[in-house]
Amino acid sequence: MPDANLNSSQAVAHVAEQPPFEPRIVAFFCNWCTYLAADLAGTSRMKYAPNVRVVRVMCSGRVDPQFVLDAFAHGADGVLIGGCHPGDCHYQEGNYKALRRFRLLKRMLGQMGIEEARLRLEWISASEAERFRWVMNDMVERVRILGPLRLLPAKEVFPEEVAV
Amino acid sequence: MAEKPKVAFYWCASCGGCEETVVDLAEAVLDIVAAVDIVFWPVALDFKRKDVEAVADGAILATFLNGAIRTTEQEEMAHLLRRKSKLLLAFGSCSHLGGIPGLANLFDRESILEGVYCESPSTVNAEGVLPSPRHKADGHIVELPGSYRTVRTLSQVVDVDYFVPGCPPTPRILRTAVLTLLSGELPPKGTVLAPDHALCEECPRRESKPENLSLSRFKRPHEVLIDEEKCLLAQGLLCMGPATRGGCEAPCIQGNMPCTGCCGPTCRVRDQGAKILSSVASLVESKEEPEIDLALATIPDPVGSFYRYSLPSSLLRRKQPHNDSSGETPQVR
Repeated sequence: MPDANLNSSQAVAHVAEQPPFEPRIVAFFCNWCTYLAADLAGTSRMKYAPNVRVVRVMCSGRVDPQFVLDAFAHGADGVLIGGCHPGDCHYQEGNYKALRRFRLLKRMLGQMGIEEARLRLEWISASEAERFRWVMNDMVERVRILGPLRLLPAKEVFPEEVAV
Repeated sequence: MAEKPKVAFYWCASCGGCEETVVDLAEAVLDIVAAVDIVFWPVALDFKRKDVEAVADGAILATFLNGAIRTTEQEEMAHLLRRKSKLLLAFGSCSHLGGIPGLANLFDRESILEGVYCESPSTVNAEGVLPSPRHKADGHIVELPGSYRTVRTLSQVVDVDYFVPGCPPTPRILRTAVLTLLSGELPPKGTVLAPDHALCEECPRRESKPENLSLSRFKRPHEVLIDEEKCLLAQGLLCMGPATRGGCEAPCIQGNMPCTGCCGPTCRVRDQGAKILSSVASLVESKEEPEIDLALATIPDPVGSFYRYSLPSSLLRRKQPHNDSSGETPQVR
């Protein structure tokens, strides 16, 4: 919150001091591949962008589109889904279901005015720690360029929304 | 003789179909009229706002309010009726979920006004006059209610006790709701007064729904001669049945048309559109991205199909205005 007692030059300095935008990314990783890749990246002491909050799910096919929308609605600037490579799903077909949902969800998000790069699906196997690191950094950079999502806030602010 | 319970009906952003439901009760409407005292019902009876204002706070047993909230007037009336009523019921899809008027949340107010008052082919408006809240004419100031950028459900504006689903609610759903209220055994606040199962559970074509279904494309009703017995999803039609609350007794299916989702989700689903998207997308047969895209392209308007009645109540609520990178906050005012 800006301090009301600041004079204008102080206020300008205050704005200039604001830290650069750090994207908030929510990631859903499957238990068998991408989560293990994240684990390997950690135990290998790889450094990568710290912007990702990971939620472990048993399979990328478990990622309900509601999870993705809920993440956006709660302030995520980007959502990443990680699963096993095609053909490698622990449950045979879960990642194909994830892919189909992802393709349709992406189109729907476009209709809702949410940029394409904010939702991403990646196949990362348990041994691909290096690829995991690259995807994390790349996603954060792409979302950083887009800026904050700033979903219009929920109902509490409506009384302020002036009718014309 | 004890005083009869007072009941009110009101409409906001809606088409009038919900009012029609009350009339569609046919003879049963007489029983209801005999049991209650209707104190406000603009569509049928000549009461005015001042009549509602004159009633003591909380003196109305139940108000059935249909329609979404879109203008300042509707918002005021929602607050007024909330204050005057013991129970406020969101009646019908628009009030419950946002309804068809809620699809306006895919656009901004300016383009809607332009489209309706300037661009539509049947409009003659050479001077481009748009409605405004204050207008001067012959020395008088004329006022109109203001319209909000975003269409809201009733419960996003005031506290709502119960929801009566449907576009419009079927006479049976309404009758059951009224009898529930009159019985004195009230369900927990926030209950949707209809069975809490998916429409497929009560669908007359349920037996023909295959265990495993995979589709290479979706079809729209005009593209196919629809079999009157077979599950509509199995025929490739986009039927919202799996993600929609039942209780309506499937009149659309009986009319050989797919469910469009008007009764909203069951209590276990937060976002109806996301849920049907999930269900429908996973029916696609292919495992290859280009083919998957081709199959899904046969759903030309995902938001309009999956959120036909529920956009304002969805997790995202509306289309986001383009986020610019200038760092300014989005224009709310």
